Amino acid sequence: MTINNISDNKQPASAYDIINIVDKIHRHTFVVIVDNEPGVLARVIGLFAGRGYNIESLSVSPVTQDDSISRINIVTNGTAQTIEQIKSQLDRIVPVHNVYDLTVEGAHVEKELALVKVNAQDHNRRESLRIADIYGARVSDTTLQSFVFLIDGDAEKVDSFINLMRALGDIEIARSGVVAISRGAKIQPVK
Amino acid sequence: MDNQSQTVKSQTMNGAKIIIKALIDQDVDVIFGYPGGAVLPIYDEIFQQNHIRHILVRHEQAAVHAAEGYARSTGKPGVVLVTSGPGATNTVTGLTDALLDSIPIICLTGQVPTHLIGTDGFQECDTTGITRPCTKHNYLVKDANNLAKTLHEAFYVATAGRPGPVVIDIPKDVQFADGIYQQPSNVAHKTYKPKLKPDITKIEQAVMMLAAAKKPIIYAGGGIINSGEKASELLNKFTKLGDFPVTLTLMGLGAFPADQPQYLGMLGMHGTYEANLAMHDCDVMLCIGARFDDRITGRLDAFSPNSKKIHIDIDVSSINKNVAVDLPIIGDCAHALEDMINIWQEKYSHIKHNRLDEWWRVINIWRDKKCLAYNLDSEEIKPQLAIERLYHLTKDRDPLITTEVGQHQMWAAQYFHFQKPNRWMTSGGLGTMGYGLPAAVGAQVAHPDRLVIDISGEASFMMNMQEMATARQFNLPVKIFILNNQYMGMVRQWQELLHGSRYSQSYSETLPDFMKLAESFGWKGVRCNDSKDLDATITEMIDYNGPVICEIAVDKSENCYPMIPSGAGHHEMLLGPVDDGVDAISGKGKALV
Repeated sequence: MTINNISDNKQPASAYDIINIVDKIHRHTFVVIVDNEPGVLARVIGLFAGRGYNIESLSVSPVTQDDSISRINIVTNGTAQTIEQIKSQLDRIVPVHNVYDLTVEGAHVEKELALVKVNAQDHNRRESLRIADIYGARVSDTTLQSFVFLIDGDAEKVDSFINLMRALGDIEIARSGVVAISRGAKIQPVK
Repeated sequence: MDNQSQTVKSQTMNGAKIIIKALIDQDVDVIFGYPGGAVLPIYDEIFQQNHIRHILVRHEQAAVHAAEGYARSTGKPGVVLVTSGPGATNTVTGLTDALLDSIPIICLTGQVPTHLIGTDGFQECDTTGITRPCTKHNYLVKDANNLAKTLHEAFYVATAGRPGPVVIDIPKDVQFADGIYQQPSNVAHKTYKPKLKPDITKIEQAVMMLAAAKKPIIYAGGGIINSGEKASELLNKFTKLGDFPVTLTLMGLGAFPADQPQYLGMLGMHGTYEANLAMHDCDVMLCIGARFDDRITGRLDAFSPNSKKIHIDIDVSSINKNVAVDLPIIGDCAHALEDMINIWQEKYSHIKHNRLDEWWRVINIWRDKKCLAYNLDSEEIKPQLAIERLYHLTKDRDPLITTEVGQHQMWAAQYFHFQKPNRWMTSGGLGTMGYGLPAAVGAQVAHPDRLVIDISGEASFMMNMQEMATARQFNLPVKIFILNNQYMGMVRQWQELLHGSRYSQSYSETLPDFMKLAESFGWKGVRCNDSKDLDATITEMIDYNGPVICEIAVDKSENCYPMIPSGAGHHEMLLGPVDDGVDAISGKGKALV
C-alpha cells in the first residue's frame, strides 16, 4: 500500500475539497437504540437542534419485553460530512446503546402510518371507498358523513392517498413518522 | 436477624449520608461549593465529618472553575456542590467551559422536593433541562436507593473516554429519605464504553506514513494531558525517535517540553510563524489529542492543503468534524503512542534523522523570523516583557499558571514556557473571562505548597474578583499578575483591526485602586509602573507568603502578534504592526469571530 491510496473512506484528501461536496444533500434513515429513561428523547432532539441538523421525521417506542429499551427512528438529511457527524454525535450520548444508519447498512423497509378522516357526500363518499380499496387502506371508523381510513406504506404512497382524499372533501390527518427495519433474517442485537 | 438483613440495615442511611459516603469512596478530598435551602441536608452531613474539606466559594460559577483548576492540576475529577435554582444556573458557564475543554467535573445540585417539581417552586429551575447541552451527561435522582449507583456512575462517565462535566440533580426530599448504600462496583457501564486501544493496523499505517514523510509534523493538544502524564513522556519519546517537529495547541501547552529543539511553539491564531507555516507546508500531519478547532485551522480551505492527515482521538465525533482526515484512529493518546513507539523501534529504527534535514532547514528559516520579538524601545512596560520576566523569575519553582481570557492569555501562552503537563490552566474552548482566579484557587487548594499564579488582565480579573475572599479565608497564597492596559485588550485589538479603531465600550472606565482592593480583602498589593522595577516587583510578589495582587501598568496600545486574521490561512499571518493594513481582513473575514 502506498501513502497515496491509504485512505479507505471517501473523504477528500485535503481540506480544499470539502467545499466542493458541501452542496450534495443526502437523506438518511437512522435507528437509535436507547435506554428507555426520562429525558433520553430530549437528549437526541436537543442534539439535532443544538448542532443545526435537520429532522425530517421521528418516531419512538419501547421495543423490549420489559420496556427498558426504546427504538428511535429518525429520518434526517445533510452532507456526507454532516451525516457522519450525526452518527458519531448520537453514538456518544451516554444512554445510547447503538446507532444504525440503515441507508448505509443496506436494504431496509420503511413504513409510515396515517389516519385520514374524510367528510364526503354522495358520489365522493363512494369514490373515497373505491380509492381506499385501491390503496389497501382500511376503514377504521365511519358515520353517515365520514370515514376514517387507516393507510400504511412508504411516504410517497401515503402522500398520494392523502392528496386524492383532499380532492373529495374536508380532511383531517394524523400521521406517524417513519419506522424502519433492515431486510433479511439478521436480528440486530441490543448491545 | 440474619446476616444479609443486618448488612442491608447497616447500609441503610439517609440520602445526604449516601452522597457523602459515595464521595469518600470515590476518593474525593475537596468539594467546592456554596450552600442554600435545597442542599442543607448535605451541608449538615459535611459538618459532621472530617474526610472531605469544603471550600466555600463566593459565586457558584467560581466553584466550577475552581474545580476545573483542581482537576487540571491533579488529573482527578473536581467536585462541586450548589443549591437549586440560581445556584444551579450560575454553574452553567463553568459547566460549558469544562465541556469544551474536556475537564472531569462532578456537579451536585440541590432541587426542590420531588412533589414540588414543575410547580415553579421557590428556587426551582429545570436543572437537567438547562444543563443537558452543557454537560457530558446529567441525572435527576428521584429515589434515595439510586443515589449511590448514580454517583458512582457519574464519576465513571466524567472521567472515562473524553472527560467532561456531569450534573446530578438531587431533590431535597431524596436527601432526607432513607436508601441503601452501594459500594462502587466494577460492573461495566451498559452503554458508555469508550474505545481505548487503537486499531493496530491503522497505527502501523500511521507510523509508515510518518516514516516515509519528507515534511512531517506532530500537532498535539489537550488530549495528551487528559490521557495522563505518561502520554506526555511517550509523545516526547516518539518525537525524539523520528526527530519530528512538534507544535502544541493552547490546551496542550506542557504536553511537550518547550525547551526541546523539536518544539515549534503554539500554533493557531496567535501561534508562532514557524508552527503555522510548518502546518501549512507539511506533507504528513499527525494530529493527536486535538480537534482542528477554528482558532487552529484558520480558513479551512487553505488549511494544510497538501498534507495527508492522521487524526488520533478518543472521541469519534472529533473525526472529520472540521477537517477531513485520511487516517482516523480512535483511541487513547497514551495507548496509541505506546504502539507507535513499539512499531517504530521494530521496523523503522534504521531510518536516519538526516532524512529531514531539508525540512528542518526550512523550518529554521521561519524560526529566524523571530516572530515573537517585540519592540523594547518604549517608555512603557511591554506586556510581553512582563510575562518573560515573570517566567524567568519563577521557572525554577515549577509554578502552576492559570489565565483569564484575552491578550494577556495569548502573551502568557507565547512567553511563558512549560516543560511538563498539568502546569497550565486556561479557558481555551469557551474563552471564559473570570476563569483564572477561581481556577488558581482550585489549583492552590490541591497544591498548597506550590507557587500558583493567575496571569490576568484588569477586565477579566473583575469578572470573578469576589474569589479573593475565598483565597483569604482558606489561606491560599495565590498570586494575581494583572497586566493592566486599561482596555479589554483583545476587544480593542479587533476594533483596531476591523472597526476603524472605534473603541466601542472596550475602555476600562473607573477601575478600582487595586492596591486598596487588595488591602480590603486582606491581600498584599504591589504595583509596577516602570520596566526598571519589574524584577523587584515580581520578586516581592513571589516572596510574600500570602495572596498578592501584582499590578503591572503596561503599554495600552500593544497588540498580540503574530496573528492569523479571521478568514485567512496559516500562510497569511500578520507578523506585527508593520503588516497592519486596511486590507488585513477581508469582508468575509470580518463576519467571523
